[in-house]
Amino acid sequence: MSDILPAVCAPAIRAGHPRPGPGPASGPPAMRRALILGAAAVAAVLLAAPLAVILASALAEGPRAALAALAEPAARSAIGLTLLVAAIVMPVNLVVGIAAAWTVARFDFRGKAALLALIELPFSVSPVVVGLALVLLYGSGGILAPVLAPLGVKIVFALPAIVLATLFITFPFIARALIPLMQEQGAAEEEAALTLGAGPLRMFLTVTLPNIRWTLLQAVLLCNARAMGEFGAVAVVSGKIRGQTATMPIMIEMLYNEYLSTAAFAMSGLLAALALVTLALKARLEDVRPGAAAARGHP
Amino acid sequence: MQIEIDGLTKAYDGTQALAPAQLTVPSGVLMALLGPSGSGKTTLLRLIAGLETPSAGRLFFDGAEATGLSVQARRSGFVFQNYALFRHMNVARNVGYGLAARPRRDRPSRAEIAARVDSLLTLVRLDGFAERFPDQLSGGQRQRVAFARALAIEPRLLLLDEPFGALDAAVRRELRTGLRRIHDETGLTTIFVTHDQQEAMEVADQVAVMSTGRIEQVGRPEDLRNHPRTPFVRSFLAAG
Repeated sequence: MSDILPAVCAPAIRAGHPRPGPGPASGPPAMRRALILGAAAVAAVLLAAPLAVILASALAEGPRAALAALAEPAARSAIGLTLLVAAIVMPVNLVVGIAAAWTVARFDFRGKAALLALIELPFSVSPVVVGLALVLLYGSGGILAPVLAPLGVKIVFALPAIVLATLFITFPFIARALIPLMQEQGAAEEEAALTLGAGPLRMFLTVTLPNIRWTLLQAVLLCNARAMGEFGAVAVVSGKIRGQTATMPIMIEMLYNEYLSTAAFAMSGLLAALALVTLALKARLEDVRPGAAAARGHP
Repeated sequence: MQIEIDGLTKAYDGTQALAPAQLTVPSGVLMALLGPSGSGKTTLLRLIAGLETPSAGRLFFDGAEATGLSVQARRSGFVFQNYALFRHMNVARNVGYGLAARPRRDRPSRAEIAARVDSLLTLVRLDGFAERFPDQLSGGQRQRVAFARALAIEPRLLLLDEPFGALDAAVRRELRTGLRRIHDETGLTTIFVTHDQQEAMEVADQVAVMSTGRIEQVGRPEDLRNHPRTPFVRSFLAAG
C-alpha cells in the first residue's frame, strides 16, 4: 500500500533463518567432541552391530542359500502376508490418524484429554496384552463369539485379527506426529481459505494437507516400519499357522526355534532391510524437501 | 453494503465473550472496533465473517438476513492478524486463491486470474513480488499480500483483525494511510479491529468502543473525544 522499499521494511520482523554454527549452549569444543564420540560409540554397539551381525549371519552360507531360504513357500507366504497387512493398515491409519489429529488440534470439546490419552494408549500397553484382549473379545470363547459364530466370521487365528492387532499397535504414530504440528500452525490459514470461498474439501487439499505433508509422510514411513515388524500382539492372535497366518517376524521366531539359522537370519535381514529402506527414505525427506524454506512457515 | 447487527451474542461454555450487540455500519463507512484485549471486538468481527456461530441474535447485509449464511457465501474479505498467508504458495497463488477456488462455471481463466493478480499487486504496490514466498517477505509486505488476497474475491465488505498489530511504528503509519486509500478507492464497507485508540481515531470514519464484551459507545472520532458517554470511554480515550 505504501512505497516502502523492501530494505527499509524492518529487518527485525522478517522470517528468522537459523544461523549456522553452534549456539551459545554448545559448550567447549573438547567436551562436544567427547559427547559426539560417546553417542556414536553407543549407537555402533547397540544399534549398528546387531544389524551387521544379522546381515553377516544371513550370508554365512552364501547369498544363494539365503535367497533359497526366502524362496520357500512358507517364507514367501510370510513375506506376502506382512506386505498385505501393511497395505491394509496403512490407509486406515492415514485416514483415522489425520482425522484424530485434526479433531484434537482444531476443536475444544469435553473429553479431549481423555481422547488424547486414548490415542497414546497403545504406546504404554504391552503388545501381548493387546493380543490377549483381542482373543478375549473375538476368540471362539470370547465375548463377541455368540455374535460372530453364527455369521461364520473367523477373526482370531486369521487375517482380521492380525490386521486389528497391527492397527492397535500402530494407531498413535500419525496422530501423535501431526497434533503438535497442527496446533503450532493454527487454524488461521484454513480459515483464510474458507473466507476466500473454498469449501472444506478444497481447503483440506490445498491448505491443510500441503502444510502437513512432510511430517505426514515421515509418520507414515515410521508407522509402516512398525507395522511390518510387530511381533507380540500378532504372535498371540495369529495362531502362528505356517504358510497361513505367520507374518515375517513370527516366521523368523519359528525358523530360529527350529535351528534353521540361515533361513531365520535371511528373513531377519530382509525385514531389517525393509526397515532401513524406510528410514533412508525418511532421512532423504528431511534432507531434500523442495521448497523447504517456504514450507517452514513464518514466525 | 450496510451491515446491521441485531443482538448478536457469543458465549463459550457459560462465559459471555460478547453481550448482545447492537450496531449498524452504514454502506461505505470505515469503522473501527476499538477496545482492550478481551473486549469482544475480535469475536464480533469473526461473527460478521461467519467464522464463529452466534449464540443468539441476527445479522443483516443490506437488509437481507445473513445470520445463517456460510463463511463462503458471505464473501467478506478477511485480513487475519498474522496475515495467515498460505506458506507453501507464492504471492501470486496466494492472491489468486479465491478466484481459483470458485466453482467451475464462475471461475475466470488462468490468464484472467493472472491479470487480476497483477493489477491487485499494483494496487498494494507489490509489483515484481509475484514469485516470492511468504517467508521471503517483510511483515509489511505480507500484510499487503493479505490485503490483495482479500480484495481478489471482489468482497462485499472488508474485515481486518488487528491489521497493523505486529508491525513497528513506521510501517504502521504507512499502512494506515494505505488502508484509508484502498477504502476510499474501493468504497467497500470496512470494519477493522484495533486496541490502539490513536489508530482508530486517525483512520476510521466511525469508532465503536468496546469493553468486556459490550459496545460502550459508537460515534465519529471527534464526538467520542468531546462527548464520552461512559467512564470507560473517557478513561480509555484519555489513556492513549
